[in-house]
Amino acid sequence: MSEDIIASLKENVIQGRKTQDDEGIDEELSGTPGVVELTQSALDDNIPPETIITRGLTAGMQVVGEKFTTREYFIPDMLASAEAVGAAMDILKPILEASNIETKGKFAIATVKGDIHDIGKNIVSILLKGAGYEVNDLGTDVPTEKIVEVVREYKPDFLGLSALLTTTMVVMGEIIEALKENGLRDKVKVLIGGAAVSDEYAQEIGVDAYCVDGFHAIKALDAFQEAKA
Amino acid sequence: MPREGILVHNPYERMTGEQIQQIHQASMQILHDPGLISFNREAAEIFHSNGAEVTIVSSGDSPCWLVKIPEKLVLHALDSAPKTVKLGARNPENTLIMKGEEPRVFFVSGSETNIWLDVDFPTYVKKSGRGTEIQVPEFHPRRGTVADLCDSAHVCEHLKTLDGYIRTVNIQDKDITEDNKDVNKFFASLNNTTKHFMSGLTSLKQLDNVVNMAKLIVGGEEELKENPIISFITCLIKSPLQFVEDTTQTFIEVCRRGLPIVVSSSPQAGTTAPIKEAGIMVQINAEVLAGITLSQLVNKGTPVIYGSVPVRARMDTLGDSYGSVETSQYNIDCVQMARFYKIPNYSTSGVCDSKTPGQQASVERLFSDIVVTLSGPQYLHCAYGLLDCNSSFSLLQAVLDDAHFQMIKFFLRPPWISEKEIADTLKQIREVVATPQKLYIRYIRPVMRSGEISAPYLFEGDGESDNVFALAYERMNELLAKPVEHIDPATTSKIFQEIPGILPRLNVYEERRGQ
Repeated sequence: MSEDIIASLKENVIQGRKTQDDEGIDEELSGTPGVVELTQSALDDNIPPETIITRGLTAGMQVVGEKFTTREYFIPDMLASAEAVGAAMDILKPILEASNIETKGKFAIATVKGDIHDIGKNIVSILLKGAGYEVNDLGTDVPTEKIVEVVREYKPDFLGLSALLTTTMVVMGEIIEALKENGLRDKVKVLIGGAAVSDEYAQEIGVDAYCVDGFHAIKALDAFQEAKA
Repeated sequence: MPREGILVHNPYERMTGEQIQQIHQASMQILHDPGLISFNREAAEIFHSNGAEVTIVSSGDSPCWLVKIPEKLVLHALDSAPKTVKLGARNPENTLIMKGEEPRVFFVSGSETNIWLDVDFPTYVKKSGRGTEIQVPEFHPRRGTVADLCDSAHVCEHLKTLDGYIRTVNIQDKDITEDNKDVNKFFASLNNTTKHFMSGLTSLKQLDNVVNMAKLIVGGEEELKENPIISFITCLIKSPLQFVEDTTQTFIEVCRRGLPIVVSSSPQAGTTAPIKEAGIMVQINAEVLAGITLSQLVNKGTPVIYGSVPVRARMDTLGDSYGSVETSQYNIDCVQMARFYKIPNYSTSGVCDSKTPGQQASVERLFSDIVVTLSGPQYLHCAYGLLDCNSSFSLLQAVLDDAHFQMIKFFLRPPWISEKEIADTLKQIREVVATPQKLYIRYIRPVMRSGEISAPYLFEGDGESDNVFALAYERMNELLAKPVEHIDPATTSKIFQEIPGILPRLNVYEERRGQ
């Protein structure tokens, strides 16, 4: 029974079905439990959260990643799966916290002050949540002071900053300076992204990584994790 | 089920109804005054015996007659000409049903060029950057052969958007003569594609041989009438306003056999037709109407197609400028005239002035392909692979053109707006606006998999690289490697026994046995 639930969970991650109302790819799954319902069933069956994550969610995402690499899947498929995994992680979060099981890391993300563009930021949030990171999305037009405060209080392992405009990307440099002034720069890895920024700009202002897209962000974070290990 | 082509909803029209009437009336006038010169005696006699005013202009070695065609003769012909023309195919699923009033477009190859462009991809090394290499296509023109024609038919069989096949290259092998050219071009084409095959005829003496070949393939005379797998194009008119001796005779003989035929006229604005739009339109329309009238006088009910290949002259050479914007305008006008008469139209797009595939070729081709398609011609020829104003054919270009037509066909899908769509949309918008991320991405997936989202450009490269030619070349070779549905062995054997002149090397079964 447990094996069935885990197999079904993995399959529904691959199908990108968050709930029973989602269509997925195979039509015959329509109306059957999705990742949210299956995660709850797994917990009701006393399946350990680690098993749910590793053999259900992560195993499913691995297949999704392979399908994306071979161009069988496209970004909307990847996001649907990531969103489903993110919803499952929301269910698991209190249990993980109660059991002192750590997530892959805490990630705060924001579009900087003066900029209200958030499509890219939102996609990155979904992908990172689906990849097992605990994401704190601060929204758009976020004042530098608030970002500094979040780094101090929430203690994220990673901070993602987004800017679409050349006029607002300069705020990223100001944030780095503010973090330094508050003695927080070495407490958090800073990643930047958005149409206005570049690898050169990332080096200029002294951040830890420039990410072209969400997939690049996952790779960068995984690289940081490996380096830490 | 016949091929669908693409139905153009709300076709683009340049001329108003009043302007169409003006062209029509003026064409009727010039059919009577000055009339046409016929270098073909039988055509002059046919017109004369049906009430046209015919006078001999010149006797001797090259006799000709002035034929003044009265309006009522033209109107009767327009009345009796079929408003729906069926072009059959070896595979019945490739049948084309063309209705004069319905702007359903079928995309077709052709026409015959003398030059075949080979392509290869030599590697170049950047002088200032050691180790930097790129592959650049090189095109090598040479005279076309029967093997090229087979390859062309083979690839066209597998091009998704190509609905019918007109021979693309003139076969000029040493063992091809005027007496065996027709049977070889018909067999090479029919044996390598299951789509409809249309062609001109080199020698009238070969007409019955190619018709008999078609009968053997479909199973008999009645079967060929029911499924006309071949049809003909004849340039019976030489602009301005002249019936050519030999091609008019071919035209008459094809009409007698009741097979579908295109009345093709190709005046050049500036030299063989007036340079202004009204002028070339009045003339080409009169020329095509003269041909249609003759077809119905020869054999009432002959399935005839309004063929228009108008072109503007280049100002630097007075050669054809198929890439000119006006050429597309003339073609669109002709589409409108044909639709006014409810006769299916054979139109032209995609021919370019550029001599090789490249940016100029893409711009010229795509421009005319889009605008002429939008006007809704039934049979859009010249659309694949032709370069250098119809002088050369490139298989690589044909593969590139298929990608263009995939985009054009997608563009012409009707808008998906209905009560249900609106209801679904309202629900979707309300759902998404209520979420923190406000993204519609999750709704893409079912649409993406149902084919409702257009594919990226078929030959898109990675990153900033432009690999269009290399990718198209890869695709071309993939298509050439695909199997061909040849005519079956028993029928092939019969054809080789009963139809004289076909080159033995075209018998794929004998060739395989010999290997």
